Amino acid sequence: MSSATTDMVKPSAEILKKVKPAKLDEVPLVLNKRSLHWITEKICGIVEAKTPSWWWWCFIFSLLIASFTGMGLLVLVSSGVGEWGNNNPVNWGWAIVNFVFWIGIGHAGTLISAILCLLKQKWRTSINRGSEAMTVFAVMCAGIFPLFHVGRVWFAWWLFPIPNANNIWPQFKSPLEWDVFAVSTYFTVSILFWYMGMIPDLAVLRDRAQKMWRKYFYGFLSMGWNNSNTHWRNFEMAYLLLAGLSTPLVLSVHTIVSFDFAIANLPGWHTTIFPPYFVAGAIFSGFGMVMTLLLPVRAVFGLHDLINQKHIDNMCKITLATGSLVGYAYAMEFFIAWYGANSYEGFAFINRAFGNYWWAYWIMVSCNVICPQLLWFKAIRENTPLVWVISIFVNIGMWFERFVIANTTLSRDFLPSSWGYYSPTVVDIFTFFGTFGFFSVLFLLFLRFLPLMPLAEVKSVTPMADPHAGKH
Amino acid sequence: MANKGIKYGLTAVFNTASDIYTAAAKVRDAGYTSWECYTPMPVHGLDAQMYGLDEKGFPIRSKVPRFTLIGGVTGFFTGMFIVWYMNAYDYPLIAGGKPFFSPIFPFPVFYELTILFAAFGTLFGMFFLNRLPRHNHPVFEHPKFGRTGDDKFMIVIEVEDPKFDDEETKSFLNDIGGKSVGLIREPEEF
Repeated sequence: MSSATTDMVKPSAEILKKVKPAKLDEVPLVLNKRSLHWITEKICGIVEAKTPSWWWWCFIFSLLIASFTGMGLLVLVSSGVGEWGNNNPVNWGWAIVNFVFWIGIGHAGTLISAILCLLKQKWRTSINRGSEAMTVFAVMCAGIFPLFHVGRVWFAWWLFPIPNANNIWPQFKSPLEWDVFAVSTYFTVSILFWYMGMIPDLAVLRDRAQKMWRKYFYGFLSMGWNNSNTHWRNFEMAYLLLAGLSTPLVLSVHTIVSFDFAIANLPGWHTTIFPPYFVAGAIFSGFGMVMTLLLPVRAVFGLHDLINQKHIDNMCKITLATGSLVGYAYAMEFFIAWYGANSYEGFAFINRAFGNYWWAYWIMVSCNVICPQLLWFKAIRENTPLVWVISIFVNIGMWFERFVIANTTLSRDFLPSSWGYYSPTVVDIFTFFGTFGFFSVLFLLFLRFLPLMPLAEVKSVTPMADPHAGKH
Repeated sequence: MANKGIKYGLTAVFNTASDIYTAAAKVRDAGYTSWECYTPMPVHGLDAQMYGLDEKGFPIRSKVPRFTLIGGVTGFFTGMFIVWYMNAYDYPLIAGGKPFFSPIFPFPVFYELTILFAAFGTLFGMFFLNRLPRHNHPVFEHPKFGRTGDDKFMIVIEVEDPKFDDEETKSFLNDIGGKSVGLIREPEEF
């Protein structure tokens, strides 16, 4: 057998000597053969340069928008949850929609930093820091809604297992209590991951700092990191472990968020497809938001060598894949509603597409299923402004998905006498609109004070990081 | 560099990752034990160059996973314990006809706490093993230390090393290709 194989191999080996192997043109992750020093200057330069005037304008504008959340919450806290459009049976209204929307956006950050790290996708290096920041800020925005939805927000700490004067503990059989653990863990671990990855870069900023406050600020945050091989060894191991821990975490968080719905015995909610469908949707919306944020950042700071067409292509392809998964889930829900032959389930789905909120359903389908299909075409993926517009549509579509899921079912419950039409109030709209400002404020602060990209990781994907200098 | 202060070690600067990669093996072969490489990014394979391979043929391995495991196990049992204590022991609560305690329904609770505590274990384990926070390391006294976070690579052989000798080590570092070999002194008092 072995001799036969060698006989087979021989002629091809002869050919190999004559024929030159085809050269695969692999797009490098850092274009124009930029040096290590160039990368440091570019990323640190963003933080060290004088604050650009556009930054101030954006910051003030975002603060003004954020004040809408402040106004909304002020009215809500001073007079009660009745200020929102919630009613019975639509007890959740926009609060749950906005909560799931923002939590979902957060998911791409962890996906990029953790899952793509484990899969050794090197293109993640230049976009992971920005996406992790996005995760942390999105979870902050998400937290506002359940926090204030409890009504008396000053009792929100009862959600946590902390002894209180009533001697009552949280009820661990409730999916809402699981959410408390899932979301708070997600927020904490996302911050740890984000911060730990930043330590070496903060040390670089510390060593370059000229002003005293910068020396103290970055010095304190970088904890005395000294670039030694021992530090890197432990750091890399810790980073890998955090990636390994964040992967089941990110999948579990949206699974548990979907349990908020799926555990309830309501038509349209009580389905086993919810966890995978929610996770796919979350990654989809998260990538939409990553592109919405990073494409302008790339243009403003001239980061075209670091976030190049390959990165955009890959992000578009993930958006396309997850968008198609979400479309498949919509179709499968309909199929199972029919196949399951449960008349309530069947009604819930006919009602979704053609009932009182038909317009929301079709906005959702056009934004989430039809619009990303454009990304099949290379010409569209290479048209950055168009990709940006598609990413906005993805965000809109995913908000409507949560709206459709939460409200079509609740506004048509088992008792037709309680059927109604849910509409948000001005307070609802103010509170939600303002979160975009709050999110932008945080993201602008991040751009101004923290390293936008992990220097060491970007340097690691350049040829200069290879100790064998290409001679393997 | 100032002539005051306690001698800490001799530094040599290298320009590329492959330079420090080959130099590190030479420092190890020369028998030095108290020395360290400073690089702007993790240079893969440098561990094996610096410390060699163990008897099974693996390079030195970080001990962070031990802390992760301790954290994870603590989190798992904390989760189990609080659910049992709060809903079954201290204040038994009937909800949905389910048992007071079962390892099934609170799955999300102990699952999340396992991850949470393991993540803390990982971060603090990394801090502990790296002896952080430490804001006053002697290598920071090197005027060009900042470049090791940028694009330079540096080897520091400490005075503590039994093989250390002012002249010999200096010429050794020059021989293995080190640039601008110099002495770091740490300030006597802070």
